[in-house]
Amino acid sequence: MSKQVLIVDDSVSVRQMVEATLKSAGYIVTAAKDGLEALNICKARSFDFILTDQNMPNMDGLTFIKSTRELPAHLRTPIVVLTTEASDAMKAQGRAAGATGWMVKPFDPAKLLEIAKKVMG
Amino acid sequence: MDASSTTDISKEYLTFTLGDEHYAIDILMVKEIRGYESVTKIANAPPFIKGVINLRGDIVPIIDLRIKFNVGAASYDEFTIVIVLHIHNRIVGIVVDGVSDVVSLSRDQLRPPPDFGVAFDSRYLLGLATINEQMIILVDINELISSEEMGLFAFDEK
Amino acid sequence: MSIDMQQFHAVFFEESQEHLEEMEQLLLALDIEAPDSEMLNSIFRAAHSIKGGSGIFGFDALGSVTHIMENLLDKIRKGQMAISSSMVDLFLRSVDQLKDILHSYRTNESIDWASVHQLTQQLELVTSGKNQQEADLEKKQGYGFFPKTESLPEDAYGFFDKPAADDSFGFFDDTVEADGFGFFGDLPAAVGQPAQSATESARAASAAVFGFFEELLEPGNTKNASENNPGAGIPAFSPHNIVEIKNLPDPPVTIPTASPVAVDSFEKTVSEKKDPEQKQPIPKQKPADHVSVESSSIRVDVAKVDQLINLVGEIVITQSMMSLLGKSLEGALAEKFQAVANELERNTREIQEAVMSIRMLPVSFVFNRFPRVVRDLSTKLGKQIELLIEGGETELDKGLTEKLVDPLTHLVRNSIDHGIESADVRRARGKNATGKVVLRAAQQGGNIVISIRDDGGGLNRERILAKARENNIPIGENPRDEDVWQLIFAPGFSTAAEVTDVSGRGVGMDVVKRNVQSLGGRIDIESRAGQGAIFTIHLPLTLAIVDGMGVAVGDQTFIVPLVHIVESMQPAAKDIKTLAGEDQLLHVRNEYWPILSLHKVMQLEPQFTDTSKGIVVLIETTKYRFALFVDALVGQQQVVIKSLEKHYKRVQGVAGATIMGDGSVALILDVESLALSVNQTAHLAIAV
Repeated sequence: MSKQVLIVDDSVSVRQMVEATLKSAGYIVTAAKDGLEALNICKARSFDFILTDQNMPNMDGLTFIKSTRELPAHLRTPIVVLTTEASDAMKAQGRAAGATGWMVKPFDPAKLLEIAKKVMG
Repeated sequence: MDASSTTDISKEYLTFTLGDEHYAIDILMVKEIRGYESVTKIANAPPFIKGVINLRGDIVPIIDLRIKFNVGAASYDEFTIVIVLHIHNRIVGIVVDGVSDVVSLSRDQLRPPPDFGVAFDSRYLLGLATINEQMIILVDINELISSEEMGLFAFDEK
Repeated sequence: MSIDMQQFHAVFFEESQEHLEEMEQLLLALDIEAPDSEMLNSIFRAAHSIKGGSGIFGFDALGSVTHIMENLLDKIRKGQMAISSSMVDLFLRSVDQLKDILHSYRTNESIDWASVHQLTQQLELVTSGKNQQEADLEKKQGYGFFPKTESLPEDAYGFFDKPAADDSFGFFDDTVEADGFGFFGDLPAAVGQPAQSATESARAASAAVFGFFEELLEPGNTKNASENNPGAGIPAFSPHNIVEIKNLPDPPVTIPTASPVAVDSFEKTVSEKKDPEQKQPIPKQKPADHVSVESSSIRVDVAKVDQLINLVGEIVITQSMMSLLGKSLEGALAEKFQAVANELERNTREIQEAVMSIRMLPVSFVFNRFPRVVRDLSTKLGKQIELLIEGGETELDKGLTEKLVDPLTHLVRNSIDHGIESADVRRARGKNATGKVVLRAAQQGGNIVISIRDDGGGLNRERILAKARENNIPIGENPRDEDVWQLIFAPGFSTAAEVTDVSGRGVGMDVVKRNVQSLGGRIDIESRAGQGAIFTIHLPLTLAIVDGMGVAVGDQTFIVPLVHIVESMQPAAKDIKTLAGEDQLLHVRNEYWPILSLHKVMQLEPQFTDTSKGIVVLIETTKYRFALFVDALVGQQQVVIKSLEKHYKRVQGVAGATIMGDGSVALILDVESLALSVNQTAHLAIAV
């Protein structure tokens, strides 16, 4: 059974890259362009892994995570924040919002797959 | 692009007739051969430009070399042939009396073109060859069709 | 199995270009006294997005500049630093340079690192006061996982607890450094290094920690997983000429626009002449599943769209051939066939319009560059200028949009350089010290009209005449103003003496005129001394379709664009007046229209040579009107314009060609140029 991944990023190229990478490894990927869109998707269905950007229009990543954690289906979903700043403040905010972890941008396909594998097995 | 530089051995030519004369052109320039069909006339064009036709969505000019070079009679019947050429990214159809054959000619079979006695200006000629005791005139069709004299291409825009 | 990162480059370039345009628009619109926080956020996000992507795709020069811009912008948006106009200038310069860098990456040219460093240093200087250590630290950490989250119940992380028992949990825990993963190994050493400049450290970090961007994945990494989905296709994008089909975002603040949704306005304009109940179900951007479930746009190579347009054109032709064929049927079958044929015809038209609409872009894509042009120019010339933009939502074929940039830029520059006076002169003339330039687009019938209006001094009749004489440009006796203004379009009018740094860069107004003409358009000038000038460009709505009336002469059919037709009639012999020579006038409701015989212009053998036996089509062009004499009307139809020039050349009086239902070629008449061949003395007899 293929695992379901949601990628949330406002950049088309990043989205495409993440999608293609994860698809190449057999994951089923859904993409959303901002937190709001992602939240609406999450209200309708569950995922095995969510990767979200932090800085996005309409709704940022942390707000999205906070809201998603309020949905029963997503209490345990691993959610990783893509961030360019892995400061302590950022980590504290991420933890408080309910994120499972963080991943620093830029990243490459190999690292992405490694993390996906670690998270979903 | 230019096949002449790739081989010195032999090249294929399409031979055709204009009146009583036999001509040959590089087969690589030929897109297709089709029967003559009625054309849409173009105003203020020289008489040898018969008009345009619809070639699968492209508007293609048709020129009658017989009129241009005053050879044979410019009649149109079910045997009249149009050779559709691909020249400089453009498509042009030329009306000829008939298409004979595809021949292979090597460079040593070619003799220099004559300065006179042929309808075409010698700068459009590549040479002469004799096949089955028949003299064939090799035409540089690329040069001829894109020449200013033909007026097919708008030169000031180039 | 590996991921070729290059396939995403084209999209990244397009996206970054858009971010840069957006940044520029926002920066220009920003009120320095009271900056709008949402605008600052958007500028920040634009820089941030470029930085994120450039890191992933390895475009370090872009990354290093946007990184510092982002830091500075972050401070500004958080209120830790006040924005100043010199900062805006610096940001605008940075945007320019980023565009250059982007271009270099796009075209595989080498990066001018020296100027990149220069820029990053300037940006850093402004940002100074930043906590370097923190900045460095940020860049050094790869990724990690929060051990637990207070806000969730203890067992929420059971998922991670279990794997902890075997091998992988150690990776997520705080024992990151101890873990054997290569990309964490560098971390402790890097933290211990002395603080570097933000750029250098960012680059160093990307080299040390993320050094393997372009490497292929090891097969072992993905082997198991990829078996599940062996055929996962990744859409490839060719690196040029991409159209984005999307719901347009809210228009940038500087441009007052009305309806931002592309499809709606196209629907409105094209269906004007159509049966009102014939609704056009143009799909509202259904998301394509394979790209992204929810994203509302996809990027498509223009060549693919054009191929589609061509194919649809072929279907239209095949469909009309079929309808024609159906007419030879008889009885009940004929009726049924006709009904089906009508249905097919409607569907085909709708497909055609929907496909054409893909190529339509709001003209704001061109207009949006002008706030910057005006800002730079007015600063340079020391003039105060206000730019107003109207009708940016007006839609235009993409091909036209791109080719409008140069002529419009030239005209706007011209207005600012030669039109608008300096503040002192303006005051002395009793005008507002700030000059006004209005850039306006609107749709008028089958045309798009774009005007550049300024409230400057207007064109100087005497100077133009003098200059024309100097350059040996032929001038008539006592020419009308309109004719004088047109002289500035004469080749060679613009001379070295007049070339300024601003408008005269060796490109004369003649080039502007030629560019516009090559798009099937024309330029008119209106000018009033002391009050200003208006340059008006008329363009066809799209390069590809036209509503036309088929007219027959002899055995040939011609298409007259419907927008120019006033009416058609069979003239009574008594209404036809023959002047000296062969010229004829048609008397219609107390007015005289010069008659132009199409068979004479086109050198054809007509069915009728007697005007009263045939049909006249009353045609109105921008300057003149005339009655076109033909044998018969064939009928109204929408035709796909094909270029005659592609394989032949431009023909006087002909705008293009189209393929009729029977597969034959019909020429589309260029009535504007035909109007010019109407006998001049005949005009004088009528009031225009």
